[in-house]
Amino acid sequence: MKPFTYERARSPAEAAAAAARIQGARFIAGGTNLLDLMKLQIETPGYLIDVNGLALDKIETTPEGGMRIGALVRNTDLAADDRVRRDYGLLSRAMLAGASGQLRNKATTAGNLLQRTRCPYFYDTNQPCNKRRPGSGCAALGGFSRQHAVVGASEACIATHPSDMAVAMRALDATVETVRPDGSARSIPIAEFHRLPGDTPHIETALAAGELITAVTLPKPVGGKHIYRKVRDRASYAFALISVAAVIQRDGSGRVALGGVAHKPWRVEAAEPDLPRGAKAASAGLLADATPTRENAFKLLLVERTLGAVLTEARA
Amino acid sequence: MPGPGNIEFSRRNLLIVGAASFVTPGAIAAPTAALAQTAAAPPALSKVALNINGKVSELELDTRTTLLDALREHLHLTGTKKGCDHGQCGACTVIVDGRRINSCLTLAVMHAGDKVTTIEGLGTPQNLHPMQSAFVKHDGYQCGYCTPGQICSAVAALDEIKAGIPSHVSADLSASPQATAAELRERMSGNICRCGAYSNIVDAITEVAGRQA
Ligand SMILES: Cc1cc2nc3c(=O)[nH]c(=O)nc-3n(C[C@H](O)[C@H](O)[C@H](O)COP(=O)(O)OP(=O)(O)OC[C@H]3O[C@@H](n4cnc5c(N)ncnc54)[C@H](O)[C@@H]3O)c2cc1C
Ligand code: SF4
Repeated sequence: MKPFTYERARSPAEAAAAAARIQGARFIAGGTNLLDLMKLQIETPGYLIDVNGLALDKIETTPEGGMRIGALVRNTDLAADDRVRRDYGLLSRAMLAGASGQLRNKATTAGNLLQRTRCPYFYDTNQPCNKRRPGSGCAALGGFSRQHAVVGASEACIATHPSDMAVAMRALDATVETVRPDGSARSIPIAEFHRLPGDTPHIETALAAGELITAVTLPKPVGGKHIYRKVRDRASYAFALISVAAVIQRDGSGRVALGGVAHKPWRVEAAEPDLPRGAKAASAGLLADATPTRENAFKLLLVERTLGAVLTEARA
Repeated sequence: MPGPGNIEFSRRNLLIVGAASFVTPGAIAAPTAALAQTAAAPPALSKVALNINGKVSELELDTRTTLLDALREHLHLTGTKKGCDHGQCGACTVIVDGRRINSCLTLAVMHAGDKVTTIEGLGTPQNLHPMQSAFVKHDGYQCGYCTPGQICSAVAALDEIKAGIPSHVSADLSASPQATAAELRERMSGNICRCGAYSNIVDAITEVAGRQA
């Protein structure tokens, strides 16, 4: 790990200003992704701003009847919150399907959204990787790509976003609230928060330098059956090969987002009117223009079948 | 983690390097680069008072020191083990303010004022914690390396069940979870045992859960 100066932030605005001013500064929340990557020298910040003391750890009801989840709320607490369990079961389920008990106790709302890909070539500093070292190439193209993206990928990067929580947030139309280095606040719809890789896979979100996430808000509950189904190589404690996050209403209408298939949580609103017609019709729209590799083409069928199981469960 | 998607890849590295299979390929490749670069910038030091098992110690640490390294290398509490050092194996599990965490993925300087409990704080050879006794009785280990982490994790996992925190296998999100074998297996999945003592570990925890109920 590269040496770094450590400082505790005193207010969100000061933290954002400091992060923009100090070269190589990064926020640290739960630390479960950042420290992992720092040990491997994939991330090399010279300055860490600890945001844990910022009192951004509350879950509140919004005036519109939705929820405001502080950036520092731990995944365990969010998954166990009574209102989340009752009204946003999809979110509880997605978080409980991720990582381990120990990690969820530390992982935060903001840190989870911003966790970086698990592409093995991104993790191996001896390999070319446009995300880790822009312009160096992509070792996954033509490499082992079983876990990589099947939609929205580019010639520069075929990595997936590994978060389970973010997939549920996408299906629930969350909004990311931030404070910018000049002290002003803004709201970013989750659909625009994560980016597709394009030519700049190292730029992963809409956040500007120094911009601090303060909360994630959810609109008022939409009812329906909330189902998160994650398919992975072992029963627990593994990242998704693919996952399906769905809210299905009694008449068969609904919304669905996919994990493990793209550089961001994948949702195609235009495909959702096809949900009552079944998994084949809906997944055709969800995965239109897919560009799988030989090794991950199985994900297309896996999505269709998993969505089928989800729709069956919703009808039960 | 390596991710599941990656089994062939990990196996290749396993053959080459002979390291534990749950370590990322990157984790294997890193040490040389780490040594080369740390020489460049001087370390930053920071003072921190750590409350470990009820005893407060004042330390001056390189800011890079993880809680795990502070425990083992600075306070010589070597009960807590270093396995993968990347949050994947659970050997470093300790209890901070009542919650289990991976001590390898957190900085010591971030724990001023927190109450840290390690395996040494749960019980002593003369006065074992019920979970320690149950692991002995049920033979919940072979080599014993993962055991301190397993025991700290198990103690906190039962508290999580008591607090009503649901898990991935809880059928009903709104019901109170019970300490069934399926629940225990899911909740303990963050602790890997390479000797495969899992079924005895579940038996040990089940006995303690029964006693507590
Ligand atoms: C072994 C292992 C298995 C895992 N399995 C899963 C899994 O199955 N599913 C899954 O979804 N996840 C999994 N994870 C990932 C885990 O969920 C993330 O590590 C965690 O959510 C990150 O949150 P954190 O608070 O620890 O982030 P940190 O590591 O503290 O930060 C992550 C990033 O977010 C930035 N950041 C943090 N807070 C803010 C803020 N308020 N504003 C702006 N930037 C901020 C940091 O600068 C950093 O770049 C796993 C992790 C490990 C180690
Ligand atoms: S897929 Fe993306 S993250 Fe993986 S090696 Fe290629 S550029 Fe890097």
